[in-house]
Amino acid sequence: MLKTLGKHLYGFRKDSVMTPVFMILEVIMEMVIPLMMAAIIDQGVNGNNGAGDMGFIFKMGAFMLVAACVGLFAGIMGGKYGARASAGFARNLRKGMFENIQTFSFSNIDKFSTAGLVTRMTTDVSNIQNAYQMILRMCIRAPFSLIIAMIMSFSISPRLASIYLIVVLLLGSLLAIMTRFAMKYFGEAFKKYDNMNESVQENVSAIRVVKAFVREDYEKERFGTASGNVYKMFIRAENIVVSNMPAMQLAVYTCILLISWLGAKMIVANDLSTGNLMSLLAYCMNILVSLMMLSMAFVMITMSISSAERIAEVLNEESDIQNPENPVMEVKDGSITFKHVNFGYHKTAEEWVLSDIDLSIQSGETIGIIGGTGSSKSSFVNLISRLYDASEGSVQVAGIDVKDYDLDVLRNQVAVVLQKNVLFSGTILDNLRWGNENATEEECIRACQLACADEFIENFPDKYQTHIEQGGSNVSGGQKQRLCIARALLKKPKILILDDSTSAVDTATDARIRKAFREEIPGTTKLIIAQRISSVQDADRIIVLENGHLNGFGTHDELLVNNEIYRDIYESQTKGSGDFDE
Amino acid sequence: MAHEGKPENGKPMGGRPPRGFKGPRVENPGKILKRLAAYIMKSYKFHIITVVVCIFLSVICNLQGTMFMQKLIDDYITPMLGQANPDFSALAGAIGRVAAFYAVGIVAAFTQQRLMVKVTQGTLNNLRIEMFNHMESLPIKYFDTHSHGEVMSTYTNDIDTLRQMVSQSMPQFLNSGITIVGVLYCMIRLSIPLTIVTLLMVGVMLFVTKNLAGKSGSYFMRQQKSIGQVNGYIEEMMTGQKVVKVFCHEETCIEEFNKLNDELFDSAYNANKFANILMPVNAQIGNVSYVICTLVGGALAIGGGFGGVTLGTLASFLTLNKSFNMPINQVSMQLNAIVMALAGADRIFKLLDEKSELDEGYVTLVTAEEKNGKLVESDKKYTGKWAWKHEHQADGTIDYVPLQGDIVLDGVDFGYTDDKMVLHDVKLYAKPGQKIAFVGSTGAGKTTITNLINRFYDIQDGKIRYDGININKIKKADLRHSLGIVLQETHLFTNTVMENIRYGNLNATDEEVIAAAKLANADRFIRQLPEGYNTMLTGDGANLSQGQRQLLAIARAAVANPPALILDEATSSIDTRTERLVQDGMDKLMEGRTTFVIAHRLSTVRNSDCIVVLEKGRIIEKGTHDELIALQGKYYQLYTGKTA
Repeated sequence: MLKTLGKHLYGFRKDSVMTPVFMILEVIMEMVIPLMMAAIIDQGVNGNNGAGDMGFIFKMGAFMLVAACVGLFAGIMGGKYGARASAGFARNLRKGMFENIQTFSFSNIDKFSTAGLVTRMTTDVSNIQNAYQMILRMCIRAPFSLIIAMIMSFSISPRLASIYLIVVLLLGSLLAIMTRFAMKYFGEAFKKYDNMNESVQENVSAIRVVKAFVREDYEKERFGTASGNVYKMFIRAENIVVSNMPAMQLAVYTCILLISWLGAKMIVANDLSTGNLMSLLAYCMNILVSLMMLSMAFVMITMSISSAERIAEVLNEESDIQNPENPVMEVKDGSITFKHVNFGYHKTAEEWVLSDIDLSIQSGETIGIIGGTGSSKSSFVNLISRLYDASEGSVQVAGIDVKDYDLDVLRNQVAVVLQKNVLFSGTILDNLRWGNENATEEECIRACQLACADEFIENFPDKYQTHIEQGGSNVSGGQKQRLCIARALLKKPKILILDDSTSAVDTATDARIRKAFREEIPGTTKLIIAQRISSVQDADRIIVLENGHLNGFGTHDELLVNNEIYRDIYESQTKGSGDFDE
Repeated sequence: MAHEGKPENGKPMGGRPPRGFKGPRVENPGKILKRLAAYIMKSYKFHIITVVVCIFLSVICNLQGTMFMQKLIDDYITPMLGQANPDFSALAGAIGRVAAFYAVGIVAAFTQQRLMVKVTQGTLNNLRIEMFNHMESLPIKYFDTHSHGEVMSTYTNDIDTLRQMVSQSMPQFLNSGITIVGVLYCMIRLSIPLTIVTLLMVGVMLFVTKNLAGKSGSYFMRQQKSIGQVNGYIEEMMTGQKVVKVFCHEETCIEEFNKLNDELFDSAYNANKFANILMPVNAQIGNVSYVICTLVGGALAIGGGFGGVTLGTLASFLTLNKSFNMPINQVSMQLNAIVMALAGADRIFKLLDEKSELDEGYVTLVTAEEKNGKLVESDKKYTGKWAWKHEHQADGTIDYVPLQGDIVLDGVDFGYTDDKMVLHDVKLYAKPGQKIAFVGSTGAGKTTITNLINRFYDIQDGKIRYDGININKIKKADLRHSLGIVLQETHLFTNTVMENIRYGNLNATDEEVIAAAKLANADRFIRQLPEGYNTMLTGDGANLSQGQRQLLAIARAAVANPPALILDEATSSIDTRTERLVQDGMDKLMEGRTTFVIAHRLSTVRNSDCIVVLEKGRIIEKGTHDELIALQGKYYQLYTGKTA
């Protein structure tokens, strides 16, 4: 995991190294200043036989100012490099994930939920960014500061410094134990927190259901419990964390009093100077502040570990559909052959989603595909453009296994209009040009005419420049489907697959679209998945799927005679029936 | 969005400013602060008073410790120097006293911290619950006009900024304030000239802080904007990832993303840079202040204790100097967090101030039975008969009207906003047990009509009567209880299949749930799920197909067993064969119930008692299938796909 993330430090390695270097320089200056302080008091104020040495005070004062300036410079540089390194690291992680996701196959995408991917690229990366900055700025600085302060204390008085050592060890182990417990409770608290948020989310999106069934009180009670659980867990976790501070204070005060008592004795015995005593007390603060920082950094790092794991998961995910080594760069025609194809989404599943599909489709044919929910119609067509790979057997386009084609070449020639389709924010033209970046406005309009989208676009005030909102929320379902078809047509594919793409288009328009296909793009192989018989009955041949098996394959008339399922569907949808929705 | 993993800003500690703030501009910060304080005091008055006392105690005890440092050298060590038999008892006594002070200080600090955890988490819990309860009472309109993300972020980001403020900033402020005053007092008592030097340096510190914080703030704003853009882009692309693949658009997406990502890097870098610099700069100014005090103090001490400065005073003053700079530094670091928290609190209070759904209804739904030929209220839970209990406001007499499902719309006008009507003069009669179908193109107002019947929205003009009672007089909860509804979009909750169906009627037994599932023809597929009825559904039933979700929604309505039904038929999610199963279930469900169907399919429409054709918010045709076909109007046109 660390290795994976470490790779993404490129471009910011220098910053990552410079940050702790400057932080250490800053610490050294912080250490030197108390030393100079002691010197000023011992040799300056008390010097010259108690009469005071102003010259020495000025000299030391100047040194101290220089030290402060160096410290300032180091602090600024450290802050700057730290910000750059962590912001850069975050940038690289986002970039790495985004780029890797772009190589994902459909099954990779299915594995991570959309919400999951978004969280990983946003919240998780932010967590890492903060933790990384903490590591660079604190995790070297704090132990270094601790060690230096310890060494200095020992050089002044090993006897007194050993008090620090004992207290630090005791306190350190106490903090470690407390942090461990706190982490455990925080882990549980976050789980409760997620549950609670999910409850809010569900209530917000399903408010109509809640209100229609008058379940407000029920939901309030559920939320009250969820929120109460969060409350209890966080109290438990934070109670441990807030014990840190009193424990620290206890340690500091114990040290101060012990040092004062023993130090006073040593001064009286002429074993220690007053200046040295003051330096020792200053180091005491240094040591304990470092410990505090370490424990804070530790908590933060532990909390970001799960984020790091989630990010590494995305970065390490390898697409299970790779481009072949010597890819075929041309799709000759639109013929399709399935040779004893078996397919399952999970390798462990007991039953195939598609089993033993064996058929061939000629270039230019129009094929209707019909079958009940879950009969694997979509799975069937997804194999053709290699959105998924067949588990067994082979799928061929123009006589060549789809696995041998260059992916881009194949997908540009096999255009799929997905069932769950998406328009992107931008103008209508922007969206259409997803099909072909270089399409002229005339070509776009032409495609829209074929898809019967032209008529409603012309009615928009801004016509083709109309802005589409994210997800296409400002056009109706039927309009969206027609735009998606037009977008796919702009690819000028050899094979066009419509996966239930006209379900929200009224029957008459649906018929006009099919007529346009027949007349305008006769050479393109067309596969049409539909629920309505009327959408497929004039196809050259019709595939009937049932539970992943090929149940029938023939013309409308043939199937009416010899396919029970087809006849059944046909009879349930009397001729001339249709959708009222537009 | 954050279904998985840690929610944004879910961290309970760590001092970085949260990322979810939408610009720190708050109107009337004083008013919000006052309201927030009042809110906290309402439940935690005793806690807060104790906390204030504890803070006082711990500050005083700390100061005692600092003062001891002065006495340590001047009063205890120096006199002993050069003595043959130094007497340590005075020092021992002093250390004992200070130890006692320290002990009190630690106990006070500990008590304060523990209490603050309770106050913070308790206040958040109260706020969350109050927000949620209030949210449940808001009209549908609120949810139409606020995005889900917006509402969610009130629960996550805004609550979290408050957590930071209540748990850290507020005690910090109090603590720092008391410390500053206390230390200042001690400093003045020790040496006025040195105090002036220290104050001058504090002035410099504040000046620098103001400038740096301002710079950092403007970059933080830019960073917020950038984060918004990057998140928006990621969300859109992740949702459309399959489309990106199908169109081989990966390269273009990466390019666009990199541009946004680099912008974010730039603003994040600068924002953090200035925030990071603030601390060392102030620390070094503190050091310079320290040095200057040493020089001036040293000069004064050597100059013969001018202004009462001795070596001991100087040592003690230098400690005070550090104790003075630290709280100022800390307060300046908290300012940003406080401004953000106030903005968050503002949004929370806005949600709490939203107007609840009005319900002035007084007619209730009761179980009924017939006694001596008269309908009376029954004390049984279920009698198979329901009645509207109508208490006349004028004379206090009570009428029981049998619940039949007779629904009349008379001259109804409605618009989501007052200036734009979407329904005009809708007149409609549904006799008990009748099936009314609405037909028309998208946006004609079909769904709107059904939303008026169960009072998701209130009408602007006209009347809707239910069994002869104006629905405004019926309690909303009872009105909705009497109407079963299947929405076009099915929403499922994270729970078992069983509980999701039971949502329709919490009192239903397992057997009743299963019977309802059987009625909706959902039983078969449920049994095929890994754990049957006990299968957990997650992510709004992401593991089910559209058709299966629809079947569950029908089962849910079936278990509610209402006298009237509203069915908003799904457009395309159920294939015709499954639909026949559903249809069969629905037919059984509709038996004897008044049903309003928003229909997309002919099979549903044809055998309705009345078909209502809507266009642009007006009823243009009304009648049975045969009548409308004979009419050769819009219905004929939709039905045959031909123009008449």
